[in-house]
Amino acid sequence: MTITANSFKTSYLPTWCPGCGDFGIWMALKNALAELGIGPDEALLIYGIGCHGNMSAWVRSYGIVGLHGRTLPMAQGAKLANHTVPVIAIAGDGDCLGEGGNHFIHAAKRNPDITVLIHDNQVYGLTTGQASPTAKDKLKTKSTPDGVAEPAVNPLTLAIVSGATFVARGFAGDMPGLTNLITAAVKHKGFSVLDILQPCVTFNHVHTYQWYRPRLYQLDSVKYVPNNRLAAVEKALEWGDKIPLGVFYSETAPTSEDREPALASGPLVSQPLGISDLNTLLSEFS
Amino acid sequence: MAQSITVKIGGEAGFGIMSSGSMLARAFSRHGYYVFTLNEYPSLIRGGHNIVTVRVATEKFFSLDRSLDILIALNKETVELHKNELGKGTVVVFDPHDYEWKAKELPTGVTLVPVSFRDIVEKLGGEVVMRNTVALGAGLAIMGSPFEFLTEVISDQFARKGEAVVNHNIEIARAGYDAVGDAATKLSAARLDSIEKNKDYLLINGSEAVGLGAVRAGLKFAAIYPMTPINALISFLADHAKSLGIVYKQPEDEIAGINMAIGAAISGVRSMVATSGGGFALMVEGLSLAGMIEVPLVIDMGMRVGPATGMPTWTEQGDLLFTIHAGHGEFARIVLAPSDATEAYELTVKAFHLAEEFHVPVFILTDKYLNESQWCVEAAALKRDVVISRGKVMTPGSEESTTSFHRFDLTPADGVSERSFPGMKGGQYIANSYEHDETGMVSEDSAMRTAMVDRRLKKIAAIRKIMMPPVVYGDQSAKTVIVTWGSTLGPVLQAMKKSARIIHFPWLYPFPRDATRELLTGATRVIDIEQNATGQLASLIRAETGIEIVEKLLKYDGRPWLPEEIIERIKV
Repeated sequence: MTITANSFKTSYLPTWCPGCGDFGIWMALKNALAELGIGPDEALLIYGIGCHGNMSAWVRSYGIVGLHGRTLPMAQGAKLANHTVPVIAIAGDGDCLGEGGNHFIHAAKRNPDITVLIHDNQVYGLTTGQASPTAKDKLKTKSTPDGVAEPAVNPLTLAIVSGATFVARGFAGDMPGLTNLITAAVKHKGFSVLDILQPCVTFNHVHTYQWYRPRLYQLDSVKYVPNNRLAAVEKALEWGDKIPLGVFYSETAPTSEDREPALASGPLVSQPLGISDLNTLLSEFS
Repeated sequence: MAQSITVKIGGEAGFGIMSSGSMLARAFSRHGYYVFTLNEYPSLIRGGHNIVTVRVATEKFFSLDRSLDILIALNKETVELHKNELGKGTVVVFDPHDYEWKAKELPTGVTLVPVSFRDIVEKLGGEVVMRNTVALGAGLAIMGSPFEFLTEVISDQFARKGEAVVNHNIEIARAGYDAVGDAATKLSAARLDSIEKNKDYLLINGSEAVGLGAVRAGLKFAAIYPMTPINALISFLADHAKSLGIVYKQPEDEIAGINMAIGAAISGVRSMVATSGGGFALMVEGLSLAGMIEVPLVIDMGMRVGPATGMPTWTEQGDLLFTIHAGHGEFARIVLAPSDATEAYELTVKAFHLAEEFHVPVFILTDKYLNESQWCVEAAALKRDVVISRGKVMTPGSEESTTSFHRFDLTPADGVSERSFPGMKGGQYIANSYEHDETGMVSEDSAMRTAMVDRRLKKIAAIRKIMMPPVVYGDQSAKTVIVTWGSTLGPVLQAMKKSARIIHFPWLYPFPRDATRELLTGATRVIDIEQNATGQLASLIRAETGIEIVEKLLKYDGRPWLPEEIIERIKV
C-alpha cells in the first residue's frame, strides 16, 4: 500500500482556530511521513498537552498522548524498547521548555534517535493565552499584561549547547520548507530538534504571519554550513529584522540506542524473556 | 557453645564495615548456617558511625534480637555507642591503640579481647582500611570456626583484583584469626555449634531479590533515579544489563523515570521503576497516566523515614496509604508487600505477571530494612520454574491498517482488552491520557466516559477473584491475634509465633476484605503492629471491613522492631 498524506486521515477535523500555525505543521508532518514511506502502523507519535497535542485526533498513527511536558522521556523509553520504530515527539513550547525543560536538556545530552517538533507560538493557547518560556519582544499576554519582561528561552541555543545532534528551525507558514525539514529531522540518526515558528492568531498579535514573512530567510541561501557548534549558537541568537530558517547544526554521533549492548542483537521487544543461565547468576550470591 | 551468635562490627563510615559484615555472613551461609545482616548508618559517605549486625545460627530465625555476643570495634566510639547493649558473656574486640578499655568501664561479665588491628595491618604492609579484614579473622576465631570459612569468601570478594590481592587479604585475616589465639577457647559462650550442611542458602539483600524476581519474570527495561533504599537494585540491573540483555537507564528525575518506563511498556517490553517516598511523590502524575492508558508497570516503592527527607537511611512503613491512594482520578492498581527477601523475589515475579494480565500498575511495597538487609534465601526457591505469560496481546496482521484497532474494547467481562505494540500491523491506536473511545481517540461523550470508567474498574472485581488471602502464622488457636505487614512480620514471628495467631498481608490492595473479616471475627484481642506512627494497616482494615483495631503497637524511630520490644509492650 502506498503511503500518502491521506493514509493518516481520521474521522475528525481539526478544532484549531482558523489560521492557526498548527495546520501547516500538521500538513507538513503528514507529507513528510508519506515521503518517508512511514505508515500509520509504523510510526509512533508522542504528543504533549496543549493545542499541538490535539493533533492526535486528526493523525491516524500509533500515538501516545501523554502528560504535559513529558513527551521526551516517554519517547526515549519507547525508542529503547523498539528502536526499529520511528519516534516523533510533538511538543509545545510551554510543554517542552517549561514543564519539560529538564527532560529536553537530558534528551539532548543522550542523543536518542528521536525527533522533537516544538510548536513555538510563545503562548499557552489551550489555557487561553498566558506567556510561554519562548515569549519575547515584550509580548502582552494574560499572564504578562505589561508585556513579558524576562528574556526568552531560546530552544535552538539550548539544544545546541546541550548536545543535540540536529538542530533546525522551520516556519508553520512554509509548508514545503517545513516538510523538507521534518523529513531531514526524522532521517537524522540522533536527537533532532526542530523549532517551528508558529503564529497563534488568537493570543499572539505580535508574531503574526505578516510579522514573520519579511524577516525570515533561509540559511541555505547564505551558504551557511551547519557543522560548527559555536557558529551555530551565534547564528541561533539572530532575532529581529532577520530571522534564519533551516538547519543550524548537524553532526553524526553515537545514539542512546548505540550505547546499549542489549540492543546489538535486535530490538528489545523481540528478545527472549527470562534468564538463560540462572545458575551462573545465582552463584554470585552464594 | 551456642546455637546463635550475634556479631556487631562498628566503625567509621568508609572503612568497609558493611562488606566485612557481608563476608562474615557469607562465610557461614555457605556452610548451611542461617544468617542475617542489618546495616545501620547515617546519611553520609565518610565519617559518622556505621554498624553492621550479623546473626549466625544453626536453625532458621526471623529477626535479630537484643542479644550481642561479639562486638568488634574499629574505633573507640563503637564501644561507647553500644556499651548499653553489652552484657554477661559479650566479647569486645578492640584495638588498644584506639583506647585501652578496662573491664571496670564496661558492664560486668564483658570479656575484653585486645587485637592490634593497626599494628597487624602495618606489619603486613596493608593499608589502614584493611583493619576490617583483621577484624573479620578475629571474629571468626572467637566464634570458634575454621579459618577456611573465610579463605573462600575472601578469594571470591577480591578475585577480580588478582591473586596477589587475594593472598594479601587472606594473610591479614589469618593474622587477625591467630591474634585471638588461645583466648578464643576460653570464650565458650561466643562459640558457635558446628553443623552438618543440609541447606543450600544464598545471601541476598531485598533489592537484589526484587531484581532477581524481575529479570526472571522477563524485565527488559528499568529507569530508576538513585535513591536510598533501592540503590542496590540499580547496581544489580546495571551490572547485569549486558549479560542479561536488559536496558537500565538512569533518568534525569523520577518523573522521567516513570514516563520512560511507560513508553517502554507501551512498546511491548516488561518495565519497572523503583524509588522511595519522595521520588514516588514525583511519579504520581505518571502513575495516574499508567492507570488511564492501562500500562503494565511494576513499581518497587522502598519506604524510608519521612516526611520529606526524613531520616533517609532508616526504616519505616509510613507510605502504605500514600501508595494505595496516590494518583488523581480513580483507577485499578495492585499493591503487594513482601516480608523478607524470599517473598520479595516471589511477589516481584508475580507483580510482572499481574501487571500484564490486568494492564495495571503493580506495586512491590518494600522498606529500607527489607531492601538493605541481607537475608538467607534457599537456592531452590529462586530456581523454581517461572512461566511468562504476556496476557492479552493482539495477533498482528500482515497489512498496513486502514482503520484503528480497538485497544480499549469495551466488551471483555474482566475489563481487560487486547494490547497492540507500536509497529504491529493492524494494531494502530492512541494511548490517550485524555478520556477516549475504544481506539484511544479523545472523547468527552457522557456515555463513552461512563462505559470506559466502568470497564477499567471491572478489573478490580477480576483482580479480587485471584488475589492472595492473608497468610496466617503462629498458634492457630491462640486468642490473641496480631495483624502486621511487610518486614515487620519477622520480628513479630520471632516474638510471638508460639503465643499468638499472626496475620500477614502480602496482598494489601485491592484489600482482601472478606478473608480478613473472617479471620478477625471472634478474636478476643486483636493487636496491630506496624512501623509507623498512625497505624495505617489498622486504618485500611477499618475502612475495608468496618473492624476497628484499638490496640496498636507502633514504632517510628527508624529502627526495626526487636522481638523483646514487642513482648514487653504486649504484656503492658
